[in-house]
Amino acid sequence: MIDVQDIHVRFNAGTALEKHAVQGLSLTIPEGQFVTVIGSNGAGKSTLLNVLAGEVLPTTGRLMIDNQEVTRWPTSRRAGLVARVFQDPLAGTCERLSIEENLALALHRGKRRGLSRALHADQREHLRSRLAVLGLGLEGRMQDRMGLLSGGQRQAVSLVMATLTPPRILLLDEHTAALDPKTAAFIMGLTDRVVAERRLTTLMVTHSMRQALDHGNRTIMLHEGRVVLDVTGHERKGMRVEDLLHMFEKVRGQEVEDDRLLLG
Amino acid sequence: MSLIAFLGAIEIGLMYGLVAIGVYLSFRILDFPDLTVDGSLPLGAAVGATLIVAGVPPVVATLAGGLAGGLAGLVTAWLSVRLGILHLLASILTMIALHSVNLRVMGKPNQPLLGVDTVFTPFESLGLSPYWVTPVVLLGIVAAILLAVNWFLGSELGLAMRATGANARMARAQGIHTGWLTMLGIALSNGLVGMAGALFAQIQGGADITMGVGVIVVGLAAVILGEAIVSPRVIVIALIACVLGSIVYRLTVALALNAGFLGLQAQDLKLVTAVLVVVAMVLPGLRRKYAGSKAVAR
Repeated sequence: MIDVQDIHVRFNAGTALEKHAVQGLSLTIPEGQFVTVIGSNGAGKSTLLNVLAGEVLPTTGRLMIDNQEVTRWPTSRRAGLVARVFQDPLAGTCERLSIEENLALALHRGKRRGLSRALHADQREHLRSRLAVLGLGLEGRMQDRMGLLSGGQRQAVSLVMATLTPPRILLLDEHTAALDPKTAAFIMGLTDRVVAERRLTTLMVTHSMRQALDHGNRTIMLHEGRVVLDVTGHERKGMRVEDLLHMFEKVRGQEVEDDRLLLG
Repeated sequence: MSLIAFLGAIEIGLMYGLVAIGVYLSFRILDFPDLTVDGSLPLGAAVGATLIVAGVPPVVATLAGGLAGGLAGLVTAWLSVRLGILHLLASILTMIALHSVNLRVMGKPNQPLLGVDTVFTPFESLGLSPYWVTPVVLLGIVAAILLAVNWFLGSELGLAMRATGANARMARAQGIHTGWLTMLGIALSNGLVGMAGALFAQIQGGADITMGVGVIVVGLAAVILGEAIVSPRVIVIALIACVLGSIVYRLTVALALNAGFLGLQAQDLKLVTAVLVVVAMVLPGLRRKYAGSKAVAR
């Protein structure tokens, strides 16, 4: 269970550039829930994700994962609990390393690393079988450099990497935004599958209202660093994109100008 | 070129092969442009030579030179990782500081090693001609270190180090302490260079405060030359390329200095080095461009 308690994040505190990105955000995500997060630019979506991942430390507030306080833990220390797929397909993998080396890194996520070999024969077999599930033929290219893969292929591998060692929470940071529509649909299908198969607690940030309603089982909307809408269950089932849009306009008190939200 | 000059070039080439492996670790694996080596090579030489003169067994003295170099690297990495000083500047600061340290270690600007036993002495009684002893022993040392570095880079920790240099954000997300691994890697890199310095002092008969000038350029020249010759895809080949590049570089320099019609002399060494590095850096780009234009024309 993830428990975000009254988190505040201030960037450049005390300067003219001060930004109060997250303003008292609280959120409890029970085990196995798949939450989708929407909100306009600057609403605090990425900051929330970075707080969960440890890239940004909150100014005040507490973050609990499985009743353990991790608020001040750096990224590397909480990596055993948190897995992440980045928006930029280049960010989540090492292009200079081979596919199998990338997977081997993920296999040891959050574990002690010693001087034993990074890749054993039986591990190779396991990794190959995990890649084969993608149906992209990558299992036959284990020694290829990651940089040779397309953006979609790299995101697919990133998803596999995120689930090799099951995390307590999976963070998806607009992970299909940089892909063409067909590839994005493939990656979303894959996401639904791995999340369901491994019953992963998941938080997905998206720019698309369509995506936010079609996937997962809870949707929250952020505005000015707070949760302004939180729908789940029955209420969410009957919701259409127009309803969400309407609520969005209401909280913003103005017409939606962001094309990306309408088009999604 | 005479056989003696040839073997001399091979000797120095092998010794700088260790430097090249160190530079490969910092520049290529960790993506950390580290100039500390200009200070850590003479540090290793100073420590090694001083200890040998003091009666310490040469093998121990050589390892101590490596340890001293490693500590110097640790200082640079610490300045950069913990104090947030730009890596290039941090390494220059350490390098400058080491100049004083090296003078302190030796107590004078140079420490001759004449008439004392070195790591090469025990092998002289094996019946090998004296000119061959040093290159053969060096080849053994370099081969052993190359295999050890390759073994390390294939371990979980080594892979984590490679990820740190390739994509630090991703590495952290995988639970890798990128700061620690940078410190370990830069220490390892300078440890190899320090050891090379200790061996260098034993090859050329002493340590000298000026022997570090331009070491980084020579090391980099070896790495780049090796990559241009071999274009390696796996780590072990990349490491071999470092040593090969270093030897080729030495032979090229020896040839250039020997070619009377060029009119080059020993004092032109640094200039030749710099020109060679520029050529080696530009060449792969030109080759790609040429290959590219050919493909378009077809």
